Amino acid sequence: MISANPATGLKRPPAPPRRWTKTRIFGHVLMALWIVSGAWLLYYLAINIASPFVLKYWPEYLSGFFVTLQIVGLSLLIGAILSLPIAAARASKWWLLSKPAYCYVYFFRGTPLLAQTFLVYYGAGTFQPQLEAIGLWGLFREAWFCVIFAFSLNTSAYQAEILRGAIQNVSRGQWEGAAALGINKKITFFKIILPQALIVALRPYGNEIILMLKGSAIAAIVTVFDLFGETRRAYSRSYDFQAYIWAAVIYLFLVEMLRRLWDRIEIRLTRHLIR
Amino acid sequence: MDKALTLLSFGPEGWGDEIAWGVVVTVCLAIVTLPFGLFLGFLIALAKKSSEPSLRLAANIYTTLFRGLPELLTLFLVYFGLQIAVQVLLKMAGFDFYFEVNSFIAGVIALSFVFSSYTSEAFLSAFRGIPQGQYEGGYALGLSKGKTLRLVVLPQLIRLALPALGNSWLVLLKDTSLVSVIGLSDVMRQSGIAARVTKEPFMFFGIACLIYLVLAMISSTGLVRIERWSKRGEATR
Repeated sequence: MISANPATGLKRPPAPPRRWTKTRIFGHVLMALWIVSGAWLLYYLAINIASPFVLKYWPEYLSGFFVTLQIVGLSLLIGAILSLPIAAARASKWWLLSKPAYCYVYFFRGTPLLAQTFLVYYGAGTFQPQLEAIGLWGLFREAWFCVIFAFSLNTSAYQAEILRGAIQNVSRGQWEGAAALGINKKITFFKIILPQALIVALRPYGNEIILMLKGSAIAAIVTVFDLFGETRRAYSRSYDFQAYIWAAVIYLFLVEMLRRLWDRIEIRLTRHLIR
Repeated sequence: MDKALTLLSFGPEGWGDEIAWGVVVTVCLAIVTLPFGLFLGFLIALAKKSSEPSLRLAANIYTTLFRGLPELLTLFLVYFGLQIAVQVLLKMAGFDFYFEVNSFIAGVIALSFVFSSYTSEAFLSAFRGIPQGQYEGGYALGLSKGKTLRLVVLPQLIRLALPALGNSWLVLLKDTSLVSVIGLSDVMRQSGIAARVTKEPFMFFGIACLIYLVLAMISSTGLVRIERWSKRGEATR
């Protein structure tokens, strides 16, 4: 910032005062609305922090919170493992591999998570004799297992697309450069291509985690008592609307924390790319 | 096989007609939400790219809110919140009768909130793709701010925003299934009823999935056409 012109020694004129344009007034009105509703929300939460509702139901909310974290964490982990062969098949030149992988990804990305969860949870009953024969019926009778199963398959399709996109995004010159140096394909992939691809994939992975966290509320519909399930139960017992408001605050807090954490991680991991 | 066909027929024995109605409801819900979501999203994108910091902050709070809440929770907040709000207002006005919010309307409102926060991002990144010179050219020709926006910027904006808007539309189509949870008779709910009555859950939920897939495919081909139409000016160059 130059405060005075070195040639003439003249001071820079001060910035003109900002006028109260229509846009500015409108923006301030909107902000005032947000501030008032935010303050009202805080006040509402503050007077209810020790209300009978909170005292009665907070342990349920806490256990629901952990169930949600468990579902999201497990599904993402299993999905990540499953996504590796799917992405590999999807990128394969052999159509016998790439076509089924494409259909798999298309199916799970093109249908709602709710429908997939119902298909697994209720649809498993159709195959009861077969499942009993291989001893898996006990698992598929559990809503919790069905939810993990459906969510893992769903997220594996998304993660496979992220991974494939990121790997194909790395320029061909990297492969060629490694080949010119006499590095074999396996080492090229793991030491040269994958690290670059994962940096590209970082942001979509973060979005997928948030998507999964938000989508996990669907588990409540098939009788899993995750955070949203506990919320629904608390509301149906108390008819107190604050059940949903607390859930909204918790979810919002969780998503916002995750987003900020992910931003930090991204800045940390890409610090060598900043010039 | 015969049994499956009977169950899917359109007669009194089959569930074909019920599910077909569900498809109509699902498509209607998505199509009714579309203009609200697009318009709201456009306004929010305008606010986000404004030079006025307070307006930008207000718009950012809106998107943070609706992108952070699970869609299902937004739906429940709108459904029960609206019900309670109307009830309170009615009581204040001196009426005393039970009021139930239509699940279709609650669905449209909630999905509009969610959809608009996503489309606003699409519009915003499209705005970034339009060079400043386009605005300056408009002003130089003596067009007002509104007219520059409408006649010069918007036609180019739509072309740039279309791919992202198409994605949001596909997400919206999938999100409509959530409204079945608050009792709207869409594909999901009708096939759920059919599954329960006929005890053929895998078939009926499989069909529901296939219907969503077909809707997505139709949308994709439609979107490709719209995109080609929006680029018709470029092809002749």
